[in-house]
Amino acid sequence: MVTRMGGAAEVADVDRDGGADVDGAREAVAREAAARELAARVADPEMPFVTVGELGIVRGVEVDGDDRVAVTITPTYAGCPAIEVIRREIRARLGAAGFASVEVRTALDPPWSSDWITAEGRRKLAAAGIAPPGAAPARPSGPVPVTLSRRRPAVPCPACGSADTVELSAFGATACKDLWRCRACAEPFEHIKEIS
Amino acid sequence: MDDENVYTALSEADTDARWAYGTGFDDPMAGVDPTVPDGVDAADLAVYCQMLGDDALILAQRLIEWTANAPELEEEVALANIALDLLGQARWLLARAGQTEGAGRDEDALAFLRAEHEFRNVRLVEAPNGDFAETIVRLLAFATWRLALFERLTGSRDPVLAAIAVNGVKELTYHRDYAAQWTVRLGDGTDFSHTRMEAGLAAVEPLVEELFAAHDVERRLAADGVAVDPSGLRPGFDAVRDEVLAAATLARPEVAGLAGVSGLTGRDGVHTEEMGRLLAEMQCVARAYPGATW
Repeated sequence: MVTRMGGAAEVADVDRDGGADVDGAREAVAREAAARELAARVADPEMPFVTVGELGIVRGVEVDGDDRVAVTITPTYAGCPAIEVIRREIRARLGAAGFASVEVRTALDPPWSSDWITAEGRRKLAAAGIAPPGAAPARPSGPVPVTLSRRRPAVPCPACGSADTVELSAFGATACKDLWRCRACAEPFEHIKEIS
Repeated sequence: MDDENVYTALSEADTDARWAYGTGFDDPMAGVDPTVPDGVDAADLAVYCQMLGDDALILAQRLIEWTANAPELEEEVALANIALDLLGQARWLLARAGQTEGAGRDEDALAFLRAEHEFRNVRLVEAPNGDFAETIVRLLAFATWRLALFERLTGSRDPVLAAIAVNGVKELTYHRDYAAQWTVRLGDGTDFSHTRMEAGLAAVEPLVEELFAAHDVERRLAADGVAVDPSGLRPGFDAVRDEVLAAATLARPEVAGLAGVSGLTGRDGVHTEEMGRLLAEMQCVARAYPGATW
C-alpha cells in the first residue's frame, strides 16, 4: 500500500497522455519523497543529534518503476568508520519501509564539503556544544602551501559565544572535527573542520 | 525501528553485527563505476593501486602503534586520526586494486592474505617509529611526498584514482601541516629536542630517495596519463621540506639512499627485515581464523 504524498505541482512535468500514467508518476514521486525522508532522517552514529541529511552525506535518492531504491552517499573522510553504520542503517530503514530492494551507492566525486551541512544541522551542532564550520576555503588550483603557524581564525565558543578561543589540536574525536578551548569560559569544545 | 538507538540496524538487520573495525565490511567502492579507461592496462592499474594503497596501509599500521604510547593525549588522537585517514585511503585503493585485478580478491584479502614479497609499499613506511621526533620526520617526508603526488593524481585519466586523490589531498594537507608544525617546534625548541630531530633525520633520510624512483608500472601508467611519475616530484618536495627544515633550524643530511637488493626495492616487493614483523602482527588474527569476520 502506497501513501500518496505528491501534490499536482510535483508531477507538473509528467507527460499527461493518460490518467494511469499520471497516477503512476504521482506514486513514484511520493515513493521517492518517502525514501528521501527516511534516508535523510538516519542519525549520524558519532553525533546522533544530527541526521545524515543535515550533514549533507545523502547526495541523492532514486526510486525506479519497480520500487527499487538507490541512495547515494558521500563520506566526509575516506576513513570515516561511521559510513559503514550509516550504510546499514539506510538499508535497514528503507528495507523495513517495504521497498523492493535498497542499494546504497558511494559517490567520491565531488568530495564532501562542510558547506553541505544544512542550517538546521548547524543549529543542532551548536546546541550540542560542537561549533559548526565556517565557510569552507576554496580548493587551491596549484600546490597547497605548507602552514607553519598554528594560528587560525578564531571559532566562536558554542557555550558562551566568545571569540577569544584557541585551537588545541587540529584533530579530534572524529575525523571531521578539531579541538578548541574558550579562554573566556574556559570550556573546551569541538569544531567541525572546514573542508571542501 | 528505535529512533533513539542508532546502532539498532547492526543487530536487527544483520546477524553479523559489528562496529567499525575488523574485516568483512561492505565494499567501500560500492556503486562506484569500476570501468577501466580505454587503453589502460588493467593489470598495471591493479599493481599501481596496490603500491599507493600499501604505502598508506603500512604507515597506518605503524602510526597506530602510538595509540596508548604517545607523549600527550592530543598527539595520540592526532596520530590515530592520521592513521585512520591513511587506512581509509588504503581501503579505497586496495578495493580498486581488487576490482581491476579481477581475481576475486577484495581489500581484506589484499591486506591480510598477501605475503611480504607481494607488498608494494616503499620501505620508508615500514621502518619502526623510533621516538616521537623520528615519527614526525618520517611523517613530514611521507605527507609532503604523497600530497605532491596526489595533487597531480587528481588529473588522472582513471576517474576512480582521480576521485581518491581529490579526497586525499584534503587529508594529506592536514597531515603535512601537523608534521611541519611539530618539526618547527622540536627543531627550534630545546637543545635536546633539536638533537633528537637531527637523529630522526639521519635515520629517515636514507629511505627518502626511494620515493622518487619510478617503477616500470608507474612509468607505463604515467605515459598513459593514469599514474604520476614520482621522479618529477623531487624539486617540489625539496622546496617544501627545506622551507620547513629551515624554519626548524635543521638541515637535510647528505646521505646515500638505502640500496636495494640487486637493485630491487619496496615497489618490487623487496623489503627490510622489519616488514615481516609488522605483517605478522597485522595479519596474525586474519590468518589464524580464515574467513572469520570481526
